[in-house]
Amino acid sequence: MTMTTKTLYDKLWDAHIVKQRDDGSTLIYIDRHIIHEVTSPQAFEGLRLAGRQPWRIDSILATPDHNVPTTPKDRASGVEGIEDMVSKIQVKTLDENCDSFGITEFKINDRRQGIVHVIGPESGACLPGMTVVCGDSHTATNGALGALAHGIGTSEVEHVLATQCLVAKKMKNMLIKVDGKLGKGLTPKDVVLAIIAKIGTAGGTGYAIEFGGQVLRNMSMEGRMTVCNMAIEAGARAGMVAVDQTTIDYVKGRDFAPKGEQWDTAVASWRRLVSDENAVFDKVVEIDGSVIKPQVSWGTSPEMVVDIDGVIPDPVQEKDTVKKAGIERALEYMGLSAGQKITDIQLDRVFIGSCTNSRIEDMRAAASVVKGRQKAANVEEAIVVPGSGVVKAQAEAEGLDRIFIEAGLEWREPGCSMCLAMNADKLGAGEHCASTSNRNFEGRQGYGGRTHLVSPEMAAAAAIAGHFVDVREF
Amino acid sequence: MKSFTTHTGIVAPMDRANVDTDMIIPKQFLKSIKRSGFGKNCFDELRYLDEGQPDQSCEGRPLNTEFPLNFPRYQGASVLLTRENFGCGSSREHAPWALGDYGFRAIIAPSYADIFYNNSFKSGLLPIILDGSTVDQMFTEMYETEGYELTISLKNQQVVTPSGQTFAFETDEFRRHCLLNGLDDIGLTLQDADAIHAYEVKLKDQSPWLFDAFKR
Ligand code: SF4
Repeated sequence: MTMTTKTLYDKLWDAHIVKQRDDGSTLIYIDRHIIHEVTSPQAFEGLRLAGRQPWRIDSILATPDHNVPTTPKDRASGVEGIEDMVSKIQVKTLDENCDSFGITEFKINDRRQGIVHVIGPESGACLPGMTVVCGDSHTATNGALGALAHGIGTSEVEHVLATQCLVAKKMKNMLIKVDGKLGKGLTPKDVVLAIIAKIGTAGGTGYAIEFGGQVLRNMSMEGRMTVCNMAIEAGARAGMVAVDQTTIDYVKGRDFAPKGEQWDTAVASWRRLVSDENAVFDKVVEIDGSVIKPQVSWGTSPEMVVDIDGVIPDPVQEKDTVKKAGIERALEYMGLSAGQKITDIQLDRVFIGSCTNSRIEDMRAAASVVKGRQKAANVEEAIVVPGSGVVKAQAEAEGLDRIFIEAGLEWREPGCSMCLAMNADKLGAGEHCASTSNRNFEGRQGYGGRTHLVSPEMAAAAAIAGHFVDVREF
Repeated sequence: MKSFTTHTGIVAPMDRANVDTDMIIPKQFLKSIKRSGFGKNCFDELRYLDEGQPDQSCEGRPLNTEFPLNFPRYQGASVLLTRENFGCGSSREHAPWALGDYGFRAIIAPSYADIFYNNSFKSGLLPIILDGSTVDQMFTEMYETEGYELTISLKNQQVVTPSGQTFAFETDEFRRHCLLNGLDDIGLTLQDADAIHAYEVKLKDQSPWLFDAFKR
């Protein structure tokens, strides 16, 4: 008898096959479809032009997040408060599409509104074992639940709206095992940045990554979301973590999670969502968690990361000519020079938020660092943007907003904000920003802006010090 | 969708690795609710010396004359030659839309980010994978020869250089079929509506909590 062992990804994939087609492609069923204002308008338009209807509206949850203003003043008047006409039209278009098709939407000032990848798990709309898609590359965040979650383009948004399926090809399996014990002050963000630094931004291309090992087992659900969130920065469309008691405890009692008898059946099925003991991975990467230090990105790609006690790399050391040119260009764009100490970089702005780090634990971690201290004078602005209205309310109930405000930071309304600067929150040209977001591409946080990716604790410490500091000694 | 069978066109360089989607089409232009009109802002931050705004005319904006796509010799280019991991970053399909709207029909690179690769096929843009040394060779030939053109046949899955050298590439059967015929893949999937319904019946039985969750 032959035993077939399966990885977590194999199990999720197999369970969602609608049809294996002769041409090698597979129709995969989609359980949950999350939509936002930026990547959905053209999909709805396509649907209308073809005279089609959404296949299953109860699978769809919508919210505006990318364009919404985050200052309480602008937010007070809802959609009408969006000053930028083009942004306003986009948010209105989402509302109209959802209203006309009867799709559940957390509108701009709904208490449950927030960044798509924050509200999915938080509301219980995304659950273990599901396939989850969204027209947004950080959808992998939901993989922390033991789900198969990934970003799709707008044509695929339309395809899922119309058919509840995706035409897909199976990816390869990769296991990233982080063992050992994380040092004090080290966070999931440092873990994922260290992973990307190791495997590179294309390291995971073509793979679904399962994150495992002792460090992941000990990590909270929100921490696992931070790690899975950045799978795409390592090139992988999907990242995931096996289900364990931490997962079940997290899901229990959430608004849209199953209840009563259904809950018990669901839990029983979710418990099987782990890779079999002898499951075969196409690639295994092992990382020693105990040697990870606080990470800071210095360049314009998420793999351009160094330890907090490190220095800016020297392109002369790089043999590969394409890579060398990349380093030189990044140094020029960032206004940095080889050999410079990371701790010497002076900061103009600090951004604590984004789907990577805007959950309640992130808020608590940042607050604990700034508590009783004052923002440095050279930091013009430090904004804290909770990931959802629910996170915001919880933080306020705990008094975290007061701690930030007293330390000289700004407490904002939920949204993507300065992560990609589609709303009014942006960097000025040449400004350096300590950011808890996920991308440091040229211009990402504002035209000519210079982003440094860090953990919430590191960003908070940088806001106080005015430059990067080792949060372990802060 | 626009079909792609064979195409001959001028090749232009984007001589860097890890070209990201924010570079291909900066976020301020994603506010549009249309699918077209992104071409004038493709590579906006590299092409112009000022910061572009949506709904702004690009006539008269200061051009970055050091950026190759602005060189006279690459005007009218329809094939983009580039390096590893092209299209990394966001899932925005606005990136292939912008490249297509600019006039590109095909891209040649040693590798692509997954989502970008997938999105390209959906919008009629052909992303071709050739190995690093072939790409190197093409860069050299392109820089040496003004008006360097490549002929691409999707049907035969090959790229032919001006000297007649032929390089084979691969695409998977389904995507090739759709692109060759300009097929709407939603229509194709709906031919399997029965299979989808049957799957749903089974799913409702096994995992009823997946349905009507928002009524809970
Ligand atoms: S927070 Fe940033 S990365 Fe996350 S969904 Fe919003 S824009 Fe994208």
